[in-house]
Amino acid sequence: MIDNQLSEAIERYLNDEMSKDERARFEKLRNENADINKQVIEHKHFTNLIKQYGERLELERRLNAIHDEIDVHTLKEELMIHPSWIVQLWRHHHSKISVAASIAIFAVLCTMFATGYLNNRENNYAKLSGAVIQIQKQTKDLDNKMKTLTPKKGVDKPGNFRGTGFAISTNGYIVTDYHVIKDADSIHVQSVDGKAYHAELIYAEPGADIAVLQIKDPAFKSFGAIPYAFKKSETDIGENVFTIGYPRDAIVLGPGFLTASTGFKGDTMQYQVSTPVDFGNSGGPLLDNKGNIIGIINARETHIEGAAFAVKSNYLLKTIQDIPDSLKGTLVINSKNTLAGLGRVQQIKKLQPYVFMVKVY
Amino acid sequence: MSKDLNGGIPTDNEVILGILNNSESVLKRLYIAYFPMILQLIINNSGNEDDAKDIYQEAIIVLYNKVKTGDFELSSNLKTYIYSVCRRLWLKRLTQMNRYGGDIKDFQDYLSVDDETEKNNERDIQFNKMGAALQLLGEPCKTIIEDFYINNRSMQEICEDFGYTNADNAKTQKYKCLQRLKKLFFQQK
Repeated sequence: MIDNQLSEAIERYLNDEMSKDERARFEKLRNENADINKQVIEHKHFTNLIKQYGERLELERRLNAIHDEIDVHTLKEELMIHPSWIVQLWRHHHSKISVAASIAIFAVLCTMFATGYLNNRENNYAKLSGAVIQIQKQTKDLDNKMKTLTPKKGVDKPGNFRGTGFAISTNGYIVTDYHVIKDADSIHVQSVDGKAYHAELIYAEPGADIAVLQIKDPAFKSFGAIPYAFKKSETDIGENVFTIGYPRDAIVLGPGFLTASTGFKGDTMQYQVSTPVDFGNSGGPLLDNKGNIIGIINARETHIEGAAFAVKSNYLLKTIQDIPDSLKGTLVINSKNTLAGLGRVQQIKKLQPYVFMVKVY
Repeated sequence: MSKDLNGGIPTDNEVILGILNNSESVLKRLYIAYFPMILQLIINNSGNEDDAKDIYQEAIIVLYNKVKTGDFELSSNLKTYIYSVCRRLWLKRLTQMNRYGGDIKDFQDYLSVDDETEKNNERDIQFNKMGAALQLLGEPCKTIIEDFYINNRSMQEICEDFGYTNADNAKTQKYKCLQRLKKLFFQQK
């Protein structure tokens, strides 16, 4: 059993149990014999491992003992991050809650449907009838008040109707809408520089809504050369047009387009234009880009924003031709256009003196 | 246990000295002081209290061995160190179990502690092999080996416990046991 003895010797050597001589001899043997040296190292390593293993077991035992003293369950309850109770409630019972909510919503909807809550026409009707009764009452009140009012006598009014007119010849002939001067006691025209002249109706063509006036005033002499001409042919849709007139006390330009070759309800005597017009624009000239008169503004469509109508210029010319010679006198239509090629600003400047406010008393 | 032994959180130096001196009370105070922190980490990151115990003890053993071998340098405070080691170990465990979603809920600052846990892992493998080898060895060899090499008992005492007629017989027996243990240990992969 040489191995056995060697093993014992190694152990005694490692445990420092040898006498001095024995130790010296063993070290010598170890140095000389590599195999024995290797065995010594291996043995040392292995027994150390056993020892460390033992220590580890011991340490684990100690740690377990300590651990057993800790109230892990209570700690766990404390340290667990608990979501708020509502989240927990949802997590645990979400299916039940969902079903309950669905049923509740369904029930509410059914009830609302059954009781006619969703059908809210009656309510509205009730409100409306309430409103009608209120309005009837207000109307009655107004009627009562009206009866108590005494009609005031017309005081010196500065003109109870107003329109626009423009010169057609140098010697005082002005054209406007027939509806402007219809039923007039007296007519005055006022130029842009504020001069007012008395005028008289010479000829009217109610079918075309055209009226021709002549200034009969001692203060009046002559207009001077009229800058615009009158277009005989029809103007095409889409043409840039503009109007100028007196919807209020100042002269107002209304730019726009020719939007239809017929007027109100398909009236072929008229154009439809998209220029902003007001009542005072009636009788004002409608001009194209070159400064030719292409029509006379006469109405506006109340239902369509920005839609106005103008009598075509060829009906104006026709009307002028129809004036009896006895009345016509020296009415000569201007045919020379001096506005073409000018910018809009210059055109307006030249045009202004020939456009008049027509006041009717 | 007296109040003194559980007397609050030990200072970092106390812990190191306590480990070096095998102080049971310091070990206990250390263990009790930081276990809640780790329990919190584990149970809030898809673990249970047993996981927390395993991870925490592993971290304490890492610390213990480092202090014992003398290569423990306290670069930050001990609390951060323990938390970091546990965090690292738990992440590894979660990854092994395919339960790691790439997101961990943290409760403390932590450091990077990769290599230390690796080293510990190698030792664990060796110890596991040793434990298995000892189990396979069977009685009376296991007790003889444990008594002699772990519990430092003399051959004389072992001889008496086991009723060997003389110490030489016991020595022969121990020699045979050790040879078998070596064989079992190295056979394992």
